Amino acid sequence: MIVYIVRRLVVSFFILLGATALVFWLVAISGDPLEDLYADQSPNKEDKIAERTRRMHLDQPIPQRYLTWLAGVAKCVVPGQGCDLGTNQTGQDVKVLLGNAAGATLRLVLVAVVVAIVIGVTVGIVSALRQYSGFDYTITFAAFLFFSLPVFWVAVLLKQYLAIEFNDWLADPRIGPVPMIALGLLSGLTWSAVIGGERRRRLTVFGVACAVTVLLLLYLLAVDWFTYPALGPGLVTVFALGTAVGVTELVSGLHRRGVLHASLAAAGVGIIAQFVLAGVLEDPSWPVVLLLAASTVPIGIGLGMVFGQLDKPQAARAAVLTGLLTGTLVFTDRALSAVHGYSQRVNGRIVATIGSDTPNFTGDFWQRFIDTVTHLALPTLAIMLISFATYARFTRATMLEVMSQDYVRTARAKGLTERTVVMRHAFRNALIPVTTLMAIDFGGVIGGAVITENVFGWEGMGTLFINGLERSDPNPVMGFFVLTATSIVIFNMLADIAYAYLDPRIRMS
Amino acid sequence: MTDTSPGQAPSLAPGALGPVGDQPEREFTVTARTSGQMVRRRFLRHRGAMGGLAVLVAVILLAFTSIGFGPVDGWWGKDYTRTAPVVDGGQMTLDLLPFVDGDGLAVGEHPFGQDNVGKDYFALTMRGTQRSLIIAFVVGLVSMLVGLLVGTLSGYFRGITEGVLMRITDVFLTIPLLVIAAVVSRRWSGAGIVVLGLVLGLVVWVQLARLVRGEFLSLREKEFVEAARALGASGPRIILRHLLPNTIGTVIVNVTLIISAAILLETALSFLGLGVQPPDTSLGVLVSVYQTASMTRPWLFWWPGLFIIAIALSINFIGDGLRDAFDPKQTRVRA
Repeated sequence: MIVYIVRRLVVSFFILLGATALVFWLVAISGDPLEDLYADQSPNKEDKIAERTRRMHLDQPIPQRYLTWLAGVAKCVVPGQGCDLGTNQTGQDVKVLLGNAAGATLRLVLVAVVVAIVIGVTVGIVSALRQYSGFDYTITFAAFLFFSLPVFWVAVLLKQYLAIEFNDWLADPRIGPVPMIALGLLSGLTWSAVIGGERRRRLTVFGVACAVTVLLLLYLLAVDWFTYPALGPGLVTVFALGTAVGVTELVSGLHRRGVLHASLAAAGVGIIAQFVLAGVLEDPSWPVVLLLAASTVPIGIGLGMVFGQLDKPQAARAAVLTGLLTGTLVFTDRALSAVHGYSQRVNGRIVATIGSDTPNFTGDFWQRFIDTVTHLALPTLAIMLISFATYARFTRATMLEVMSQDYVRTARAKGLTERTVVMRHAFRNALIPVTTLMAIDFGGVIGGAVITENVFGWEGMGTLFINGLERSDPNPVMGFFVLTATSIVIFNMLADIAYAYLDPRIRMS
Repeated sequence: MTDTSPGQAPSLAPGALGPVGDQPEREFTVTARTSGQMVRRRFLRHRGAMGGLAVLVAVILLAFTSIGFGPVDGWWGKDYTRTAPVVDGGQMTLDLLPFVDGDGLAVGEHPFGQDNVGKDYFALTMRGTQRSLIIAFVVGLVSMLVGLLVGTLSGYFRGITEGVLMRITDVFLTIPLLVIAAVVSRRWSGAGIVVLGLVLGLVVWVQLARLVRGEFLSLREKEFVEAARALGASGPRIILRHLLPNTIGTVIVNVTLIISAAILLETALSFLGLGVQPPDTSLGVLVSVYQTASMTRPWLFWWPGLFIIAIALSINFIGDGLRDAFDPKQTRVRA
């Protein structure tokens, strides 16, 4: 294992070296970095040219410039030397620029990847289980459509309809009868396709989902929910108990009473905790939130041990999952409650179209959180559409393959329920190849980020890259490149290691 | 199926296996099909692929016949460079919804409207479609050649050739595609679209090379290759006659996908100002120029986008159909 990792690292190092040399050379020959100065009319034009020539070492040949840059980067690896990524054309330190830009971009990329994986894998599994159904065909078509969408075009559309017009709508939230019925029908179709089953069951599901959606929308409009959104203790309780039942159904089935009781207890603890911890939740910080999330794990395990009877491990798992989801509900409730206050601060333009945060915004934890989320929402959506399609198609394919394996047939022949077969035997094994996909997808997401940052005016790494490239200024481009390429190499390696760890048939060599 | 009549033993008579003598022609005949015929048949029965092919052919015909190509004039009288007085705020005159406003189908003077200076937007969009298509197909061709060459050499010869070539592909894989394409095309974007296509093709061959190499690595150990070698076939002959024909499925499918990705890559680069340069135009340039018009004159923004989607989507469907058609395990034709 160690030998493998070391060998991989050494090879990756040389590949990175080759790649940086290639990119540096290409940027350096891509244009004349002094171009804008030739048209300069000021009297000290000669000085400016000399200044930039000196700063960018334009009097040296390209290989020598590359070596100078490399010597600076090498200091990053040697401890106690301090990184030197060079300066850009105007003399700003690339390390500082990159530090400021990386935060925004990494946030964007990570959120997009995580959301795409969660939704994509879920949808992929459902569409594999309902192969050749209406839902499956819809998802297949949607995936093809998403593959074919130009990111920049979608980004502009999102900006137009989900930000500008949605904000206008929020100023006076009303839903006419036709859109209302359309939403109801859409929800009915989706649910009946996902749940599936006999014709009669599908019709029932369709009717119920339609009615619930329309009634819910009417209720939300009646209580002015879109202006003052929140879940409130009532809905949190209902959702938390529903989550407990749903998680139990997925993990073990409702007939395992021990598991059900443990999940319900976990939901109960979460519901009570939101009142007990009201003071803390008023204005927490990220460490506190993470600490609370982490504390659900031992509590859940404890509850599983107490209530679990014969199924202690399953009960513990269900309780931890329920606890985390209940915590998410409480968190969502608090965040939604802050929306109205936030809306007042930004003149009702909740969904942002420019930048990664509102400049000079100060507020409590929840308002800052909403600020981040509303700025992230649209760029994330634009980037994740393609990733979502990739994950959905890939998961569907691996799931179908796993479902036709002999051991799945054996499991069925043993008389196991369909849920046990899917959740314990098929699902986990279908997830293994997805780990490799994560590494491949990462590069694509970074490319998408470059474009969306451009559309949404983020001051991120993509902007740094494009600006550097347009001025034939290698150092900012190289800063961006070293960071992304290194992370891609590391991601690839982690994916391979994870793959070998998860699938004992794979040997690393 | 057989000619068993009452009183006869229900065993297969020798004549039952084929028309012999005066026996009647059998009701069902089985004709052998070559694998090429089977692939063609499966492809032609793939509804999604056929739909995609129809759309793609329609778009290509529309783009190249309407405004003409090179010295040949098209049937659409207007030129994409000629300005004219802006009529009716540049509104589109195309009317595809005869029942909504009740004045029937109409194409009108400027079906896609006019831009700021009164250029006919239909002609502009068609010009952009031509440019984007040419670039995408050049990229497909170049990447196929390079990918095949690298994949073949490294898969067949192994050893030091493979080591060097695979490290080169690793270098390309480390760099996000858009990033290297942006860097490369920034240098050559002024040199015309064919050069741009060539250069982009030199960037996107990597995946194909790896796939071809993978196929070669497994094929070269097969018995039929060993037999060919035992009969004294030379290296080039084995590659050309025995190995390459067996990789044709993978290659065709992936080149299709590369072309669809190339449409998106080119438009994205042009959008960022790194691809096709004004005054020439492409679908990406059009979206980029008119992105601010999405609010006031949405048709200037929608049409190029819709053409990008139509091309990419139809090629993706064709690729899917080809993949199913080349897959010998595929028995059922879906979608």
